[in-house]
Amino acid sequence: MRRAAGWIMLVCLLALAPVAFGVERFPPPDFTDHKVPHLVVPGPETRGVGWIDVVVLSVGLLWASWLSLKGRSRRGVVVLSILSLLYFGFWRRGCVCAIGSIQNVALGLADPTYAVPLSVVALFTLPLVVALVWGRSFCSGVCPHGAIQDLVLVKPVKVPTWLDEVLRVLPWIHLAAGVLLAATGGMFLICKYDPFVGIFRMAGPRVMLVAGVAMLVLSMFVGRPYCRYLCPYGALLGVASRFARWRPTVTPGACTQCRLCETSCPFGALNPPQPVATARERVAGARRRLVLLVVLLPLAAWGFAWIGGRAALLSMPLHPQGKLAALVAAEARGEISPPLPDELLAFHQHGADLPAAMSSAMALEKRFLMLGRVIGGLFGLVIALKLARILFPEPTPDYETDSGRCVSCARCFSACPYELLRRGVPVAVPEKGGRNG
Amino acid sequence: MSKESDLSRRELLKTTIRGIGLLGFGGTGGYLVGRESQSETRWQIDADKCIQCGRCATDCVLEVSAVKCVHTHGMCGYCKLCTAYFEPEPVNLDEGAENQLCPTGAIARKFIEEPYYEYNILRDLCVGCGKCVKGCNMFGNGSMYLQVNHDLCINCNMCAIAVTCPAQAFRQLPASSPYKLRGKGEGGK
Repeated sequence: MRRAAGWIMLVCLLALAPVAFGVERFPPPDFTDHKVPHLVVPGPETRGVGWIDVVVLSVGLLWASWLSLKGRSRRGVVVLSILSLLYFGFWRRGCVCAIGSIQNVALGLADPTYAVPLSVVALFTLPLVVALVWGRSFCSGVCPHGAIQDLVLVKPVKVPTWLDEVLRVLPWIHLAAGVLLAATGGMFLICKYDPFVGIFRMAGPRVMLVAGVAMLVLSMFVGRPYCRYLCPYGALLGVASRFARWRPTVTPGACTQCRLCETSCPFGALNPPQPVATARERVAGARRRLVLLVVLLPLAAWGFAWIGGRAALLSMPLHPQGKLAALVAAEARGEISPPLPDELLAFHQHGADLPAAMSSAMALEKRFLMLGRVIGGLFGLVIALKLARILFPEPTPDYETDSGRCVSCARCFSACPYELLRRGVPVAVPEKGGRNG
Repeated sequence: MSKESDLSRRELLKTTIRGIGLLGFGGTGGYLVGRESQSETRWQIDADKCIQCGRCATDCVLEVSAVKCVHTHGMCGYCKLCTAYFEPEPVNLDEGAENQLCPTGAIARKFIEEPYYEYNILRDLCVGCGKCVKGCNMFGNGSMYLQVNHDLCINCNMCAIAVTCPAQAFRQLPASSPYKLRGKGEGGK
């Protein structure tokens, strides 16, 4: 009873006391023969892991490029994939990762006080640089996300071309949203909804694990679904590798268009020959292309800039400050009933500075709108160029790997009779014009 | 307009874009690395902002959170009735499990001299829920508070708790001094 009374008194006393943090309400005692322990904190254990990542990445990239361009070995790519999966996937637990590095770089460029770790910078730039020289070697066997999907692919189903083209827009939307939310310091969307880190860590929210397993099952029948239809970094690599100096070719020598390789690519990245036009057709084609681009590019950029701005404003509650602003506004309108959400509790506990919260929300809104418009405009350009590429494909006289989509997996090589001859397998080389021709 | 000139023009365009791309990626990387070398960072909690919502225990990507309670003994009142240790209405002021506030029994209570008791955090048991921190901040000296333990933290690109923290209490500190401790002269290695 006396204890309960003591409690109540204590509470009353403290309610009157000014609420401050770290205030000494009970002065620390002076002990005569007891030593007060000193607080010991553990330091970061491993410095220099970043350098190991950079070295492993560089070796992997060079090895993968050699395998797809010179070694021409699918077996080598499989070995490399397993090693990368073990290192970047299960050992580094999917973090650090090139796909997520986009967000660090976006935030690092937008906010000069945010430091991007060395290994993250390397993981962002090196695969892109390599893509400009040798194509998407990173995707083939260095990226753990690509490796895990590629290794489980047992029975690839061809995705209809129209569906493939439509789905290939998704990575750009993912990229746009990821960059917007990262550059404003809101959240790392791409990491949060990554399907595979849960598998790499063997732990995670249930949604993440279920999505990961579902994606793996899908990968058994659809070649690399994440790489093709979601991966934002793959979208960037695809653009870079369109300008690659050297790229994997199906045949090591001359192509006789025997069509044996036609179905060998599970990723829809093998282009059948496009007839090379006559001089007159080319001039007409170039003129049509020019007209289309002159009309379409500004229109698409402007239209998507508007959409991007609206979408950015809608996504503001995903940003912690945006969420707080929305909650504060809702509370002012009397729409919040107790218990208060944690965000509002924190807001009140720290003085509930309404004008400051509102002005920072306004600034945030301005930043979202501006960034949303810029990103939307760029997205529009991508869509317009995609359309132009579908309507006016590059002339390719032979069976060629699609420069943007080929992930250098080295599967198509062994379908080519010239490759088999090169490897010393005695095969009859079919004549030009097809299996029966 | 011959075929050769058309193709070579295409090649020239590609080479130009390739050059611009290489310069761009190289420049971006160099700029960011140059800045990073001056300021390697670690995530940490500003204890003055923390409201002990409990998300540190649940939102870390590690199975058991890298956030743990730390205790600056130099600020502690060594109270017999510690509101960080005891349930709001304890049956007895002793070490019985039914009296303890900590859900994992991660605080050890040791008698020093009448009426003083010392409280130590058993780090391996602590899950970072912050229940004790709430008790200590509300009625005590605030000598217990949450910190990211950097031998456990894998220093994610973007800390998963920082994103959901309702008080926006997570900060990036220089890796050379990655703790924000209370009390003067605390924080030996």
